[in-house]
Amino acid sequence: MSAGWVVAIVLAIGAIAYFFSAQRARVQRDASDRSKEVPHSLPTYHGWLSFIFATVPALLVFLALSAVSSAILESRVRTEVSAHLSDTSAASLSIGIVHNVSSALNRLDLSGANVPTSYAALRDMAKSSGIVLADSGEDYMLPLAASVNADAAVHKLIGQGLTLLLSLAGAAFAYSRIRLRLRARNEVERVVLWSLLAASTVAILTTVGIVLSMLSETVHFFSEVNPLNFFFGTVWDPRFAAAGSGGTEGQFGLIPLLAGTLYIAFVSMLFAVPVGLMAAVYMGEYASSKVRSTVKPLLELLAGIPTIVYGIFAVVTLGPFFRDLSAALAGGFAFIQAQSVLTAGIVMGVMLIPVVSSLSDDVITAVPRAMRDGSLALGATRSETIRKVILPAALPGIVGALLLTASRAIGETMIVVLAAGVAARINFNPFEAMTTITVKIVNQLTGDLEFNSPQTLVAFALGLTLFALTLAMNVYALYIVRKYREQYE
Amino acid sequence: MTDAALPHAAVDTAAPAKRDFGLKRRHAAEFRFRLYGIVAIVIGLGFLAILLVSIVSKGYTAFVQTSITVPVEFSASIIDKDNERATNPRVLVSANYPIVARNAVAKALGVSIDDKAAMRDIAKFVSDGSRSTLREIVLADPSVIGTTRNVTLLAAADIDSANKGQIDLTVPQDKRKVSDQQVAWLDQLKQQGAISTPFNWGLLTFGASSRPETAGLGVALVGSLYMMAIVLLCALPIGVAASIYLEEFAKKNRFTDFIEVNINNLAAVPSIVYGLLGLAVFINFFGMPRSAPIVGGLVLTLMTLPTIIIATRAALRAVPPSIRSAALGIGASRMQMVFDHVLPLATPGILTGTIIGLARALGETAPLLLIGMVAFVADRPTSPLDPATALPVQIYMWANEAERAFVERTQGAVLVLLIFLALMNIAAILLRRRFERRW
Repeated sequence: MSAGWVVAIVLAIGAIAYFFSAQRARVQRDASDRSKEVPHSLPTYHGWLSFIFATVPALLVFLALSAVSSAILESRVRTEVSAHLSDTSAASLSIGIVHNVSSALNRLDLSGANVPTSYAALRDMAKSSGIVLADSGEDYMLPLAASVNADAAVHKLIGQGLTLLLSLAGAAFAYSRIRLRLRARNEVERVVLWSLLAASTVAILTTVGIVLSMLSETVHFFSEVNPLNFFFGTVWDPRFAAAGSGGTEGQFGLIPLLAGTLYIAFVSMLFAVPVGLMAAVYMGEYASSKVRSTVKPLLELLAGIPTIVYGIFAVVTLGPFFRDLSAALAGGFAFIQAQSVLTAGIVMGVMLIPVVSSLSDDVITAVPRAMRDGSLALGATRSETIRKVILPAALPGIVGALLLTASRAIGETMIVVLAAGVAARINFNPFEAMTTITVKIVNQLTGDLEFNSPQTLVAFALGLTLFALTLAMNVYALYIVRKYREQYE
Repeated sequence: MTDAALPHAAVDTAAPAKRDFGLKRRHAAEFRFRLYGIVAIVIGLGFLAILLVSIVSKGYTAFVQTSITVPVEFSASIIDKDNERATNPRVLVSANYPIVARNAVAKALGVSIDDKAAMRDIAKFVSDGSRSTLREIVLADPSVIGTTRNVTLLAAADIDSANKGQIDLTVPQDKRKVSDQQVAWLDQLKQQGAISTPFNWGLLTFGASSRPETAGLGVALVGSLYMMAIVLLCALPIGVAASIYLEEFAKKNRFTDFIEVNINNLAAVPSIVYGLLGLAVFINFFGMPRSAPIVGGLVLTLMTLPTIIIATRAALRAVPPSIRSAALGIGASRMQMVFDHVLPLATPGILTGTIIGLARALGETAPLLLIGMVAFVADRPTSPLDPATALPVQIYMWANEAERAFVERTQGAVLVLLIFLALMNIAAILLRRRFERRW
């Protein structure tokens, strides 16, 4: 019986419990003498309470038992495999093979006496049924896998039996509790409230998951590569080692990647900030409502276009255009490369225009009307009012908005993957290619990878750096924006 | 009103009305400032227009595919030369269908099938995908063997490009993909009426392929569909529950503040970081399969959650307090007030926010690259646990292909993605128009 069936049966028991409990509560209510005793909850609440009793504890226990079972089996495989191995570094590979053998035995429906004695024999059997097994398995894995399968079956039986028993017991208990004065609604509402609270902690769990997962892999990485070489190294040359060969020491210098990231972000801001800010000012202060109601949604379309589309635009249209343009200008020699800081920066800038303009629009409209009117009444023109009164008053908020935009630019991936190139070097010619942190994360983690080498672990160190960088910028920006908003409220 | 050209000396002595306020200069500055604003908007809209025009003009041709309709002789001597299909049906699967297709085209062109050089050119004229077209016909009805039937075959990608006029025929023959002979054949077939350019359903149904003409978005569309379903099933209930808690029940304390700060920050975390999270937690820790839509869906769920929570909270806040007071006043509990009165009124706003969140998730690429969705998957997945790709990831993979015909497909795929996004956004707008209430 698969896990899906267990869940379905438990839910069915819950539904039956709901029906009978509600019915019982209804009967009790109809038979009661209102002058003596008033029912506390509606019958449906009694039904829901029984449903909760029948399903929630049973499913929680089912989950817990499955986790415990797989932990027990995992540790057993680990100890037995490492007893057979002298070199512990290959343990994870062997454990993986044992798991594959287990699932192959299950799928071939082999158990006990039917299990072949040699790995090669099993491999051939598996192959004829279309299951592919690794070459490097060994004979000791077969009895191990078979006994793991047997244990797993026993665990499964116990777990499923307990779950179903608990479900029935819960349903019976809740059914037996039904009384006129039972505060069923309050109990149901308490459970609902707790589940609402649990849902809102998902945000915390996600943050914790991000930090912990990246932190642990980063620590792993720093145990093989000196953190000083990572943070202050000026050469990026990870040298992909072939699987298992080991010993090839790459160089993981962050500086060229950080330089590229900041440079491209700077170019994009150089493009996006004036355009976005002026567009926001014009739409807020000058445009008629008719113009605003058509132009604003059109500009916001730019924000709704996926970044991959911008990347394709950069690589197919804008990059070659700049290259040909520069070739025409310089008489044949294309001084702007097809993949360059300029191309990536401008395309990213286009993407950021609506971000800048909507954020600064919020800030500008938050400036009190009185300041604007006062300035105009003193005889200032509208542009003078904007430049000398509104923008200075809105400055902290605008700085916050720009920080938020910059953090978007730093974390942007697809545009730079396609348009910026992969050459990790420090150069300040905007017409040549540079690379960024996000590009290298993608490069290190796509394709066939061996998970425990520094070449892949470095991606997590890069990710953590990126996360810390953007988090600091966001927190500071939100702080500025919030503080500024309070000033005028 | 003012005359800036007045001699300076006059200003000191003349009446105040003639003083130079610099109004001309100031009005010029005002004009320039307005101009900057207009220029900024024109730049923004100009890029939008260039972007869309460039995609549409390069991509629309991907929606038609050159096809060749010729009488195909299902010769028994090629398909089943030992006449054993009754005993060994696998013969029909592994038969040499490309030769059948090649011979059919050669016959239509009047080329002798013994002319080795010409036959090699013809082999490059018809897509290798004709293998599966013919195989399906034979497997569906083996009695077709030995007869002749009109079959529509896909042209090879280069011939397709030539037919669409994308290949510059003035370039010397050895420097382009299509020989003069093949162009002549193309014209000959056109005159016979054998060439047609029907709508390219293959673009939407085929799986991954190394040949552009048989590569399609089928797997990617199914993968994206699974992921959107997972995002909807996970993110919507969790997001709505979290918003209800924060908006209606949470007490103002440290813990609530902490949750709020977390949500705001998660909304601004770079999407690639979610990919790293998915790789480390779902794939390495929980041992879920790589390249599977379930992992992609969960990662996108976490990414979309802040968007949905923020939209839902705004929708809940927009329900006026009088509704709450009225519900409480007639004796509803707070839970009943929320679920029976506030939530139904906030539903249009919540759905609008959800659709916009889904649209963002549909276009998201970076996290999916890290969890192995960059995969060559030829068969459509039948469950969220099977390997698949996603629409934007497929675009990325095609963008990295060298062949010319893939450029067209890439832009075509971008168009498909944009059409889906447009439909979702239009749905959101209509929903808002239809159901939004102003209090």
